Amino acid sequence: MNNIVLLPVLIPFIAGTLLILFRHYPRLQRISSGIVVFLLLFSAAFLLYLVYQEGIQTIALGNWPAPFGIVLVADLFSVLMVVLSSIVGVACLFFAYQTLSPEREKYFFYPFYFFLLTGVNGSFLTGDLFNLFVFFEVMLISSFILIVMGGTKYQLRESYKYVVINMFASILFLVALALIYGLTGTLNMAHIAVQVAELEQAGVLNTAAMLLLVVFGMKGALFPLYFWLPKSYYGPPAAIAALFGGLLTKVGIYAIIRTFTLIFVHDTGFTHTVILALAGFTMFFGVLGAVSQFDFKRILSYHIISQVGYMVMGLGLFTPLALAGAIYYIAHHIIVKSALFLFAGATQKITGTTDLKKMSGLLKTHPVLAWTFFITAISLAGIPPLSGFFSKFPLILSGIEQASYAIVIVALIVGLLTLFSMMKIFIYVFWGTPSLKKSDYEHIKMKPLLLPIMPLVALTIILGFAAEPIFSFSEVVADQIIDPSIYIDAVLEE
Amino acid sequence: MEILMIVTSGVIIAVGVYLLMTRSILRVVFGIVMLAHGAHLLILTLSGLQQGAPPLLTEEAASYADPLPQAVILTAIVISFGITAFLLVLSYRTYKVHQTDDLEELRGNADE
Repeated sequence: MNNIVLLPVLIPFIAGTLLILFRHYPRLQRISSGIVVFLLLFSAAFLLYLVYQEGIQTIALGNWPAPFGIVLVADLFSVLMVVLSSIVGVACLFFAYQTLSPEREKYFFYPFYFFLLTGVNGSFLTGDLFNLFVFFEVMLISSFILIVMGGTKYQLRESYKYVVINMFASILFLVALALIYGLTGTLNMAHIAVQVAELEQAGVLNTAAMLLLVVFGMKGALFPLYFWLPKSYYGPPAAIAALFGGLLTKVGIYAIIRTFTLIFVHDTGFTHTVILALAGFTMFFGVLGAVSQFDFKRILSYHIISQVGYMVMGLGLFTPLALAGAIYYIAHHIIVKSALFLFAGATQKITGTTDLKKMSGLLKTHPVLAWTFFITAISLAGIPPLSGFFSKFPLILSGIEQASYAIVIVALIVGLLTLFSMMKIFIYVFWGTPSLKKSDYEHIKMKPLLLPIMPLVALTIILGFAAEPIFSFSEVVADQIIDPSIYIDAVLEE
Repeated sequence: MEILMIVTSGVIIAVGVYLLMTRSILRVVFGIVMLAHGAHLLILTLSGLQQGAPPLLTEEAASYADPLPQAVILTAIVISFGITAFLLVLSYRTYKVHQTDDLEELRGNADE
C-alpha cells in the first residue's frame, strides 16, 4: 500500500482539469504546464527508485482488497514505462512552445496533452483489465482531439478513420473482457492469471487471448492492422506526432507484453509462435513502407511499425534474454523516435515542407541540426556504440539461441533497410547545395528549437555507452516479468 | 434465455458490421453505435444471466445478482456515448469541409 503509485496518474489529471479554466492565458498555461511536467518526471523517477529498492508497490483504490476492488500496481516494467513517457512528455511540451500556433494553445492543447499523459500512465500502472480499458479510452479520446486539432482537410479525413478504427478496437476489447469475465469470474489481472493457470489455458481461453492480441495489436500497429498509422500520424504538428509516435503504440505493446507474460503463458507453443510470426511480418512490411516513401514524417511513421516488430519479437522468443532486449529496445525506441519526429518538426519549421525532394543542403546552413540528426538516425538503424545496436543485439542473439533463424534473418534485413531509408533522409535533406536563401531561415532561432531535442539525443548516446549497467537493469526487469508469481504474490497477498 | 440474448446480440453486431462496411459517413457512425450495444449485451450474457434477486443488498442477503457486469456496462455505455457524440461532430465537420459524405471519395491519394 503506497499512495505514491497514484501520483503519475493524479498529477497530469489535476493539472489538465485546472488548465481548462485558463485557456485565455497562454503564458500562465505554458509556465504551469512546464512546472507540472517536471513534477511528473520527478514523481515517476522517485517511484522507479522506490520500486527498485523495495519491490513491487501496489495501492487498492477505495481500500477494497485486491481481487474485488481496482488496484494500481507499480512493478519495474510499468514504472520504467512511466518514466520514459514522462521524459517524452517533457521534451514534446518544450518543443510545442516553439512550434505550436496560438490558436491551438487557446483551444485546449495543454489540458488534452495532460489528459493523454494521464491515460498513458494509467494504462501502464493499472492492475485491472477493465480499468485498462477505461484508461485506454481516456488516452484515446485525448488523442482524437489532439490529432484533429487544427481541422485541416487532411486531418479531418484521416482522423475520422483513426477514430472509427480505434472505436472498433475498443468494442472488441469489451467482447474479450466479457469472455474473460465469463470464464474466470474476475477482472483483476493477477487473479485472472491464477484462474487461467487453474483452468489450463486451452480452447475458449485461447480465443480470448487471441482477441486481446487483435485489440492490442490494432492499437500497437501490428502486422495486418497497421494501415491506419502512417496516414493519421502525418496530419498533426510535429510536437503531437512525436508524442504519439513515441508513446501511443507502445501502450498497445506494453499491454501485449503484460498479458502474454502474466496471464496467457501456459500455451506458449501456440500463442507465442503466433506473436513471433506477427513480429516478422510487422517488421518487414513496415520497413518496406519506409523504403518506398519520400516524406520525412511518413518514413518515420513506417519505421514505428517496423520497430514495433522488434519489441514483439522479444516477447515471441520468450526467453529472459529476449525480453530484456525487448525492454531495452522499447526504452531506446521511445527516446529515439520522439527525437526524430522533433527533428522532422525542426526541419519543417526551417524549410516549410516535409517532402524530401524539396529540401537540400541543410548541412551547410544548419550543421548542429544535421549532425545531431545523424547521430539519432544511425542510432535508430543500430550502428555500434549507440543504443540501437545494443538493443537489437540481445534480440538477435537469443533468436539464434532458440534456433528461430527465419526471424533472425528478417530482423537483420530490416536493420539494413532501416539504415538505407535513414540515409535516404540524410542525403536528401542535408547533402547537396543549399536551396534556401539566407533571408528565408535567418529569423528562425535554432537554439530554442533544438534545446528540447538535445536531452533525447544525449540519452540515446548514454544508453549506448552505458549499455552494460542499463542492460543488466533490463535483465532485472525481464526476470521480474517472466515469472508471473512475483506479480501475483505482490497483488493478492498483502 | 441465454440463447435468445446471444442471438439478439449476434443480430445487432451483424447489423453493426454491415453498417460499418457502407460508404456513408453517418451509417458508419450508426454501425459503431450498434456494435457497442451488441458488445454491452454480450457482457451481460456471458457473465451469466441471473434472475430473482437485485444486485445490491445488505451483507445478510440470502441471494443477490452479480453487480460487476452491470457496473462495467454502465461505464462502457458512458464511454461509448461520449465518443459517439465526438464522432458525430467530427463527421459533420468532415462533411462540411469536404462537401461529401462518401467514404470512397475520402480515400486520399495513393502516394500519400
